[in-house]
Amino acid sequence: MEWEAVIGLEIHAQLATKSKIFSGASTAFGAEPNTQACAVDLALPGTLPVFNAEALRMAVMFGVAIDAEIGHRSVFDRKNYFYPDLPKGYQTSQLFHPIVGIGHVDLELEGGITKRVGVTRAHLEEDAGKSLHDEFPGMTGIDLNRAGTPLLEIVSEPDMRSAEEAVAYVKKIHSIVTNLGICDGNMAEGSFRCDCNVSVRYKGEEKLGNRTETKNINSFRFIEKAINGEIARQIDILEDGGYITQETRLYDANKDETRSMRSKEEANDYRYFPCPDLLPIVIDEAYVDQLKQSLPELPDARKARFIEEFKLSDYDAMVLSTYRDLAGYFETAANSAGDAKLAANWVMGELSKHLNQNDTAITDSPVSAEMLGGLLQRITDNTITGKLAKQVFEAMWAGEGSADEVIEAKGLKQVTDSGAIEAMVDGVIAANQPQVDQYVNAEPDKRGKMVGFFMGKVMQASQGKANPGQVQGMLKKKLDALANS
Amino acid sequence: MFEKTLAELAQGLETGEYSSVELTNSYLQRIKAEDPKINSYISITEELALSQAEAADKARTNGEAGTFTGLPIAHKDIFCTQGVRTSCGSKMLDNFISPYNATVIENFNQAGAVTLGKTNMDEFAMGSSNESSYYGPSRNPWNTDCVPGGSSGGSAAAVAGRLAPAATGTDTGGSIRQPAALCGITGIKPTYGRVSRYGMIAFASSLDQGGPMTRTAEDAAMMLNVMAGFDAKDSTSLDQAVPDYTLTLNESLKGLKIGLPKEFFSDQIDPQIAAQVQNAIKEYEALGATVKEISLPNTHLAIPAYYIIAPAEASSNLSRFDGVRYGYRCDEPVDLEDLYKRSRGEGFGEEVKRRIMVGTYALSEGFYDAYYKKALQIRRLIQQDYVNALKEVDIIMGPTTPHPAFKLGEKTSDPVAMYMEDIFTISLNLAGMPGMSVPCGFANGLPVGLQLIGNYFAEARLLNAAHQFQQATDWHKQAPAQ
Amino acid sequence: MALDRSDVEKIAHLARLQIAEQDVQEYAENLTSILDLVDQMQAVDTSAVAPMAHPLDAVQRLRIDEVTEGNQRDNLQTVAPAVEAGLFQVPKVIE
Repeated sequence: MEWEAVIGLEIHAQLATKSKIFSGASTAFGAEPNTQACAVDLALPGTLPVFNAEALRMAVMFGVAIDAEIGHRSVFDRKNYFYPDLPKGYQTSQLFHPIVGIGHVDLELEGGITKRVGVTRAHLEEDAGKSLHDEFPGMTGIDLNRAGTPLLEIVSEPDMRSAEEAVAYVKKIHSIVTNLGICDGNMAEGSFRCDCNVSVRYKGEEKLGNRTETKNINSFRFIEKAINGEIARQIDILEDGGYITQETRLYDANKDETRSMRSKEEANDYRYFPCPDLLPIVIDEAYVDQLKQSLPELPDARKARFIEEFKLSDYDAMVLSTYRDLAGYFETAANSAGDAKLAANWVMGELSKHLNQNDTAITDSPVSAEMLGGLLQRITDNTITGKLAKQVFEAMWAGEGSADEVIEAKGLKQVTDSGAIEAMVDGVIAANQPQVDQYVNAEPDKRGKMVGFFMGKVMQASQGKANPGQVQGMLKKKLDALANS
Repeated sequence: MFEKTLAELAQGLETGEYSSVELTNSYLQRIKAEDPKINSYISITEELALSQAEAADKARTNGEAGTFTGLPIAHKDIFCTQGVRTSCGSKMLDNFISPYNATVIENFNQAGAVTLGKTNMDEFAMGSSNESSYYGPSRNPWNTDCVPGGSSGGSAAAVAGRLAPAATGTDTGGSIRQPAALCGITGIKPTYGRVSRYGMIAFASSLDQGGPMTRTAEDAAMMLNVMAGFDAKDSTSLDQAVPDYTLTLNESLKGLKIGLPKEFFSDQIDPQIAAQVQNAIKEYEALGATVKEISLPNTHLAIPAYYIIAPAEASSNLSRFDGVRYGYRCDEPVDLEDLYKRSRGEGFGEEVKRRIMVGTYALSEGFYDAYYKKALQIRRLIQQDYVNALKEVDIIMGPTTPHPAFKLGEKTSDPVAMYMEDIFTISLNLAGMPGMSVPCGFANGLPVGLQLIGNYFAEARLLNAAHQFQQATDWHKQAPAQ
Repeated sequence: MALDRSDVEKIAHLARLQIAEQDVQEYAENLTSILDLVDQMQAVDTSAVAPMAHPLDAVQRLRIDEVTEGNQRDNLQTVAPAVEAGLFQVPKVIE
């Protein structure tokens, strides 16, 4: 019998508002502990929540983007439990009437297969603070800066069957929320977090197995590893005749394994009820329509457009359309260069390599899209060779100026003067008599390959500046003339 | 001086008969001398009061005085007051010096009022007798063996005992009206959402409402002018214009339609109370009102629904008292669970714990529909009773309480018997409409309250009706023997 | 509906309230009598009645997204029972 994994995901996306969901404190990351926790965030007696309009707009925007039902009347509920980083003793969330109802996303899997994954719901809630366990002996320190940061919890249907599908889903949601500009998507800082519900069953079986929920996974790679590890663990247990305990587990990236979270083991009874300090959120069709109109282009549509408009390959279009900033960069560079394919190669090649090596965001790239476009223009108009262009790019990355400035300063301008090229070609032919003889004596159909040697020599002599096309043409003409004489 | 109403004191300040500092000092002296018998104050804020009084006198000299400038009042110790202990009557907050002001406090500060102190109350406003206070019960100035009512018992006792000209209170199930009735003063619970709840420590969020407790309806109108109004910090606050409540006090009651719910005149009530209320109704007829019997058929369900909704909300509202960020923390907790359980077990009193337990149970898995949801459905039935009745009449009248003040300790062992004292007041909090209690006589030497109930935002009408009654009677002028 | 000792203990745990052993029985009795009182509701057919969570039919007001609260840590932590390095301290939590 073959095993099959059943995976559902809960994604918590911090919404990129300036202030908190229910208070006027800042949501900025990285401040000194408790300096961004106001009286409301600390749940001082008597304090009350007031809902942030921007959090609503962002949540509805997400719903519109995944073609979901929008809750025209949604309600905040209280989820009651005690934990030191939960100041009120309840989390304000939405259980009964979420802001976003059933929707879906389409995943492109390997081999050109498209798979639709259902989104059960997405609801607004407040983030908890942070517990720091290792700073003080015997004590846990509580930082409430994060408490009250707006979260959109996006719950999927258990539609995924492998870790690869799960990762594709997470990436899809990640690209949607970042494209919408509603979440910065920073997984390392916890702006975008994922809990994985995993169970296994025999293929063909209807009934779901007992599932575990793995928390605390903060990268795409770890999601894949955690899920694969959890699937293997569950299959091992079941094949040994064991039983899967329904529990919450924690992924430990250092050990690459999941372990049971003892503190969450006891059966919870969250005693949900409508929050009496907040009133129902009512939005009308006009509000939703307006957001629909203002919806930015999403990756799927953008990919189709890139294929249509720029004649990109399916793969290139997918890579370049996924993230708004990357796509914007590519488009600007392509339009400026006047050669989309060339721009795609450079953005995915040289630029991406430099960004990765220097851990730099594309928005912080020292070579702007316009600058790259300028460089590519110099390739297409034969001012420089593609090879020298990499050298120019290095200089531009180092802040030495625009492509034209660098080319000028370094004297890298391509030599296209046929007289100068002819002189170099003649020089090389004269200096390499043995190779000329080989060429002359070779069968005509073998000669083509042999031109490469002379090319290399001429380019070397020109310090890479000679126009390779011209060099090749002239070499061939002169060598063939020698052979035929 | 201590017999004067707020309106009269305002005049005295304006004519320069006395300064705010003199007035404030007189009250502070009297509180120190007399309050040990009544225990109506948890904290006396002498320093704050005198600095506010000085500022008020200065403002008056500069010609910047408003109606309320320099008037001393007391605040229920449920309103967070910056730099002052705000205990909510609980050991849990005995050490809590509030770092911020409630909107109501802020409003009075803006108006130039003087804060004499913070008044005693049932712990977290849970009680009808003031006996659940961590600071010991306040006593009824009419008979110190009796309770002043609750939960705003300290405010009622302070006003009745001439220890403050007026005070703020809060009303979740009758906590302004019932102690007002038992102490022979005037109190009004406004429409839910009329007075900001920001900084008013929550008991049951969907029922809580702050309001004034005063000698007269005119004073209540002056107080409500300061208290009422939209507050952007409270999502349940209503963005509706606030009228000047003093302007309509003298309107005629000719043609006023009064409804008497037959359910409020059952044989459960003390016959002397029934008789006094009937006399008051006759007075209204004499003032030109017409009277008819009405029915609020779901009245008997109000206490059951209330004792699910209020504890359910409270069980959640009081979860924040966990010994982590403020308030009482137990000694040497061995672990987190110990910290929680002992801080809360030791910091809360019996009645508070009882209600947290009831609310926790009502919301727990498997019981939500049978209790909480059911109670919210009953709540709508009760609201509909009032909505329908107020289509036929302008004001509903009846007794505020079934009995006059009872003896200390008389009902402490039987929580259900205590709950029944709120039978006529509780339904109104469920419906959210405004209600008032005004003195209308005595039963065995103890004050009797007449309750007036109006439609949403009909505070002006209620104050007008109460004022006209007080122009024709002098029950409100009676003072307990010193 | 009568509550027994184990019900009381379970509720007390959910509410994180320490209750003295000798008081458990009294709690059980008190809670039972309160539940008997509220059970009057069960006699009413409310199947057609919409629950009413709020007295008025108002809807949630929205706050403009702006930072209005600055750093108030010193003021707000004056009432805290245990603080170190700006962090609220609790006995160590084991996850």
